[in-house]
Amino acid sequence: MREFIENFVQPHFNYWAYVIIMMIGLWALIAKRNLIKKLIGMSIFQTAIILFYVSLGVKDGATIPIAPHHVAGDHADAHDSEHAESHDDHKAHPKPVADDYSNPLPHVLMLTAIVVGVATLGVALAVSQSLFKDFGTLEEDEILEQIKSGDYYD
Amino acid sequence: MIDQFPVIIVLSPMFGALLVGLFGARNHSVCFPVAIGALTISLIGAVVTAKRVFTTGPVDYFLGGWDAGKIVEGVEIPLGFGIQLRVDHLNALLLVVIAIAVLLVSIFAIRRQSEQDTEKTHYFYALFLMLSTGLFGMTITADAFNLFVLVEVSSLTSYGLIAMGSSPRGTHAAFNYVIMGTVGASFYLLGVGYLYMKTGTLNMIAIHDILHMNNEVGNAIFDSRSITVAFILILIGMWIKMAFFPLHGWLPNAYSYCPSSTSCVLAPLMTKVSVYVMIRMMVTVFGLDWVFQHFDWSNVVVWLAVIAILAGSAFALAQNQLKKMLCYLIVAEVGYMVGGAWVADSGRWGLTGSLYHILADALMTLCLFLTAGILTRRAGVKNLTDLDGMFKKMPLTMTGFIVGALGMIGVPPTCGFFSKFYLIRGGIDSGHWEFVVALLISSLVNAVLFFRIFEIAFFGKKPAEGHGHHHDEDDTAADAIVPTEPGLRSLAPLWITAALIVALGLMNGSVVEFIRQTPGLILESPVKAN
Amino acid sequence: MKWLALIAVIATGSLLIYAVSDFPDWGSASSPANGGVEGAGRSVSQTFIEETDTLTHVPNIVTAVLADYRGYDTMFETVVILAAGMAIFAILRVLRDTEKPVDQSKHDPSIDGDHQRIIIGTTCRLLIPVIQLFALYVVAHGHHSPGGGFQGGVILGASFILLGLATDLETAIARFSEKQFIGLACVGIFIYAGFGVLGQFYGRGFLDYGALQPIFMTDGEPMARSHAMLGVEVGVAFTVTAIMFAIYANLASKGELKNGL
Repeated sequence: MREFIENFVQPHFNYWAYVIIMMIGLWALIAKRNLIKKLIGMSIFQTAIILFYVSLGVKDGATIPIAPHHVAGDHADAHDSEHAESHDDHKAHPKPVADDYSNPLPHVLMLTAIVVGVATLGVALAVSQSLFKDFGTLEEDEILEQIKSGDYYD
Repeated sequence: MIDQFPVIIVLSPMFGALLVGLFGARNHSVCFPVAIGALTISLIGAVVTAKRVFTTGPVDYFLGGWDAGKIVEGVEIPLGFGIQLRVDHLNALLLVVIAIAVLLVSIFAIRRQSEQDTEKTHYFYALFLMLSTGLFGMTITADAFNLFVLVEVSSLTSYGLIAMGSSPRGTHAAFNYVIMGTVGASFYLLGVGYLYMKTGTLNMIAIHDILHMNNEVGNAIFDSRSITVAFILILIGMWIKMAFFPLHGWLPNAYSYCPSSTSCVLAPLMTKVSVYVMIRMMVTVFGLDWVFQHFDWSNVVVWLAVIAILAGSAFALAQNQLKKMLCYLIVAEVGYMVGGAWVADSGRWGLTGSLYHILADALMTLCLFLTAGILTRRAGVKNLTDLDGMFKKMPLTMTGFIVGALGMIGVPPTCGFFSKFYLIRGGIDSGHWEFVVALLISSLVNAVLFFRIFEIAFFGKKPAEGHGHHHDEDDTAADAIVPTEPGLRSLAPLWITAALIVALGLMNGSVVEFIRQTPGLILESPVKAN
Repeated sequence: MKWLALIAVIATGSLLIYAVSDFPDWGSASSPANGGVEGAGRSVSQTFIEETDTLTHVPNIVTAVLADYRGYDTMFETVVILAAGMAIFAILRVLRDTEKPVDQSKHDPSIDGDHQRIIIGTTCRLLIPVIQLFALYVVAHGHHSPGGGFQGGVILGASFILLGLATDLETAIARFSEKQFIGLACVGIFIYAGFGVLGQFYGRGFLDYGALQPIFMTDGEPMARSHAMLGVEVGVAFTVTAIMFAIYANLASKGELKNGL
């Protein structure tokens, strides 16, 4: 058991965690009969994916992907001569080493995924509010019963 | 200018949506011309680009000037640095068909202005145009993550379109669609994450190159579990999106209880584009040799497709509502396409048939849903029995319906016949007889279904007791509608679609030849960026 | 339904766990995603880290990737937000005046008491400007520190939501009306896509900010990219601010945009 944990769980701890969180979300998504609980499950499900992606970009001992700034910047534009210097400075400066900074790409992707998640949740809440207006309940079973009883043929 | 067309196809409807959002609220009459203009530009772009593909081969477009291999500030830009768009033989014609379909639906949809929910017209047009953007973008992109973003653009807009102004049941269906759609997109996103983890890139062509590196590292990645799981996740995600049989639950209600103009654009296009994405993943990202030779999945998926075809047909047979019946036919048709893509015959006729069927089915479904929309609006038709004697009352509309129905049955010279021909050829070549049998049974069921409708509509089968019009408040004002022929704005899209169904059928030889030039489809050589 | 959920969870879970053992170690700098695949040259993310300073002069690599290299993604991300806003309007917004007259008792200050209003009102009056100023800082400083259009936009939107929560929705709507926030959301994407289309007018690709060098009058294209990214971030912030508040306003008032929470 100990060996199993050391070999399989420890180096991939985040990935195990993401699978478990994701399955909690999936369970809530399918098994729960309350629409808002379903949406909570959906959010957990999406958040697990964010954990997975961000785990991909981690490097041991690396810092956030913001490289130190050493260019004179835009105000150099005003003075051509000064700018030329600064440009040389810039050239001479050593390039950042990739291993010192954590991977920026997963962060960018997850920024997108977070935004998409917020947007989906907003629309889903709007739909459930509209359902509440129509059926007066947010319990899936009661909604299905009302549909079955034929009040809502169309 | 001609170089810019790939991106203009996608951008034009987006700008249209912004204009509608800015000015549509004050004056609804802005919406229609803006939508038509934006979609016409897209159509022109799609046609021009398809022609370029025809003459010079695949067209690549790099966003932001980050062309692969270009030297910027002394740095050589690697493939996958920016986002790439790619139009090749696989998607050029699909782009044209999407552009035609959305343009025709936007002409058809104009009647919304005089109907209920008039005050929400501009929201409809804005969502509709953004949906078009999403569909074009999904089709044209060559970046796996960008595809996810555009899947979400098209999904969110379709949730909105289905839920807006529809009946309580439609809203309930929309909620299920939100849940299922999100799960599908999330599975896709997760699959892309697995691919990224193993290959370090998101560009489809770069992923393919890394998977097919002919050395030890390449082979190790190729054989790894993560890539297998990535493929399964992407497949499941897309199956949910395309309503492949066991995962189809959300589709029938969502498409049959929403307003006609919405179902006309969603039913033909959303599922077909998802099928296209699956094939794109198989051909361009993983490579057909990986998909078919590395694992022997072909049999399993073909059997699933057979079940999907039979189940879809059986459910369709059991329906007595027109739109619901058409929705279950879509489920069966998705089975055709998935099965065709997976029969894995060495000549790739099954896959070719699938790709051809995407185009054919988009047009046929559009034709049938346009008819259903017109019939619902003008005659309050909901059930099949309501079609009673409709040929006499609305002959012009029913003519279009006949073409669509014959296409679904597979009568030459409609395109439905030829797509089935290629699919069956693929099935026979690969020895998947179960697929061939399922196709034939399904054609038979379609024949029964549509001839039943013809019978009712021609000879008039009087319902036993008063099947009144007490439940037709979908698009029309309730009770006592005298069926009349619609105006040219509804009929023209229908007839154009019908004409295209026949035209696509007659041109099947050249279309198939064009599709078969897709890099990586026939030759098992890696696709390289040019 | 429970057994179906159990099957789905077990099947998916075991599929995912099956692949986990094959994953690169957590935190490894040489995993394919971080260090690139052996023999396939430098990975994309390595190129991002090492060359961003040369290509765009932007210290925050995430911003550079977000707004420039993968700017097309980000544009559609903004479109996703607009689509969500539009969808919520389409679903919930009540535009017909069929409602009964406004229930006045809700607005009677004597019910919740003036003293509460004073405490909350004063706190908000102090807080909101600070929040908004900080939001602008986050937008503008996205090049140098964590931040950018989305983050700043959300904070800015939150300040309006706070106003709506602390007083009532009408007070917030009076400052930021429906017409304004729909317009602002569209204008935001117009700004974003406009920077892209400008590049096309210079005969280069869509979103090629380097082409804007003559407009910004910077010397060298990297600085032009840096400036254009700021412009793009401002566009994103507009859309996000507007839609965040729009979502709140619609959900809180069931689409009537009055008498909200």
